[in-house]
Amino acid sequence: MTTDTMRASTKKTVDVRDTGSRGVGKPNYLAGFFGWFWLAVVIIPIYYVVVTSLKNQGDYFTANPLALPIPPTFHPYQEVIANNIGTYFLNSVIVAVGAVIPIVIFAFMAAYALVRGQGRFLRFCNGLFLMGLAIPVQATIVPIYLMITKMGLYDTLPAIILPAVAFGQPLSILIVSNFVRDIPKELFESMRLDGLTDWRIMWRLAFPLTSPALVTVAIYQGLNVWNGFLFPLILTQSPDKRTMPLGLWAFQGEYTVNIPAILAAVIVSTVPILVLYVIGRRQLLSGLTAGIGK
Amino acid sequence: MATASRPRDTPLAVLVLPSLLMFVTFAVVPLFGVVVLSFTKWDGIGAILPNGLGSWQQVLADPQTWRSLWLTLLTMVITWAVQTPLSILLGTFIAGHQRYRAVLAVLYFLPLLLSSAALAIAFKALFDPNFGLGAGLHIPLLSQDWLGVQLAFPVVLAVIAWQFIPFHTLLYQGGVRQIPVQLYEAAQIDGAGRFQQFLRITLPQLKYTIITSSTLMLVGSLTYFDLVFVMTEGGPGNATRILALDMYIRGFKANQMGAASVIAVFLVVLGLGMALGVQRLGGRDKNASQLEGL
Repeated sequence: MTTDTMRASTKKTVDVRDTGSRGVGKPNYLAGFFGWFWLAVVIIPIYYVVVTSLKNQGDYFTANPLALPIPPTFHPYQEVIANNIGTYFLNSVIVAVGAVIPIVIFAFMAAYALVRGQGRFLRFCNGLFLMGLAIPVQATIVPIYLMITKMGLYDTLPAIILPAVAFGQPLSILIVSNFVRDIPKELFESMRLDGLTDWRIMWRLAFPLTSPALVTVAIYQGLNVWNGFLFPLILTQSPDKRTMPLGLWAFQGEYTVNIPAILAAVIVSTVPILVLYVIGRRQLLSGLTAGIGK
Repeated sequence: MATASRPRDTPLAVLVLPSLLMFVTFAVVPLFGVVVLSFTKWDGIGAILPNGLGSWQQVLADPQTWRSLWLTLLTMVITWAVQTPLSILLGTFIAGHQRYRAVLAVLYFLPLLLSSAALAIAFKALFDPNFGLGAGLHIPLLSQDWLGVQLAFPVVLAVIAWQFIPFHTLLYQGGVRQIPVQLYEAAQIDGAGRFQQFLRITLPQLKYTIITSSTLMLVGSLTYFDLVFVMTEGGPGNATRILALDMYIRGFKANQMGAASVIAVFLVVLGLGMALGVQRLGGRDKNASQLEGL
């Protein structure tokens, strides 16, 4: 139920049709009220996190929790930065990049083969990857923990990367396949007549034509890995191997009463994604809806 | 051409191999591994010993298993019943092209940027009876022991809704924008009011989006782990110990990997069953549904 949706949302053809009856005419006060109410529901928690992160601890206990911090203090942020968050940040970057690059390249090659090739083996692979969409990742943690320990990878960053690459395959292949399928057959034929091998055609023709899908897949999987919590939790142990979400969790365990610093850490962990959102809102949102097949 | 197409299959199959190797090793093998491990006894460090049906008997006789299953089913039903109507309304709302709605939409999507860990930590602070939202708004009613035994479960579900409604809103926004304008124009000529139009056109036209979104919600609700873990660790007093938490606690806290694997088998069966069930309910014609879905 996913593929075309994703196609619709990933290609940047968000067709802004004339709304016709929707939206034109009398203003809809009821909807408007509901809309502003929901905005409050969304914004108040975020507002609370931002203002609290700019207070010092004394103000946190005495001032109104929703009052603006005047003057704002950056002391909580200094505490966060002094507390190893740089390491967590770097680990998250390594894990995200280390997982996303193989996810995208492997999925692209597989999608190309599954769309272009025939035969029993490829059909079997196709079925296997489709089934993979319904596997609840959590259910596999015990065997994965066992395998990672046996491989001697426990408490390393590759331990987080390897399962992420595996579980990233099914959905990424599904999305990319749809794009490869959309490439006109004649283009393949003419390149073949020019004597090019599949390997060449794949990189010269399919790769550029599917790049919007590859970007979408990269964003979606990158977000997933960046925000992932369970695999780092069970597969690593030492503080210097923590990724951002795990670091956050450990941080709040240590700083139980220093709420401003904890919330400052929350913000620091979100900044990279926020930056992405500000720069490429459309790509990011389509990246998120690409997850639709899960 | 005829000669070129024959040896083409072999190299194409090779292109699937990296992807297949990763997927089989870290997703398919663990899936079978979990079944095998459910018949063993293992503390996570020492030797893995055969245990016959021991773990199964232990888990099935433990009332906690059934409580966790019940909580998981409740999570599923409540998640669906709360998130679906709200997401449809919000999606329809921001599908309109008014300026203010576009601005609101940008803000509505902000929760998507936060990781579950960050979100859980933020809400824990927000729900603090003394220094959180209740104190800020001076409403004593809001200063409850939100994460106490009584309220923890509904509160966790509310936070889950806060986290996931934006994503489903995004799906429904896409769905509503694909509804042909002519339908609304015709309805208007026939004198249908706004509410009638929503009921008679928008809702039926969203059928396939509803199926897609519901599948994601139901299967997804099996796998909420990060947020619940960071907010409550399954507590207080097991009040929020849904199956995924139950599995983690048995395996990685109580060091009973066999029992944890039994719960994992539950999760796999539930997940696959649900994916198949919803698909059956929504009709087999996958491609058609996708086209209309978004």
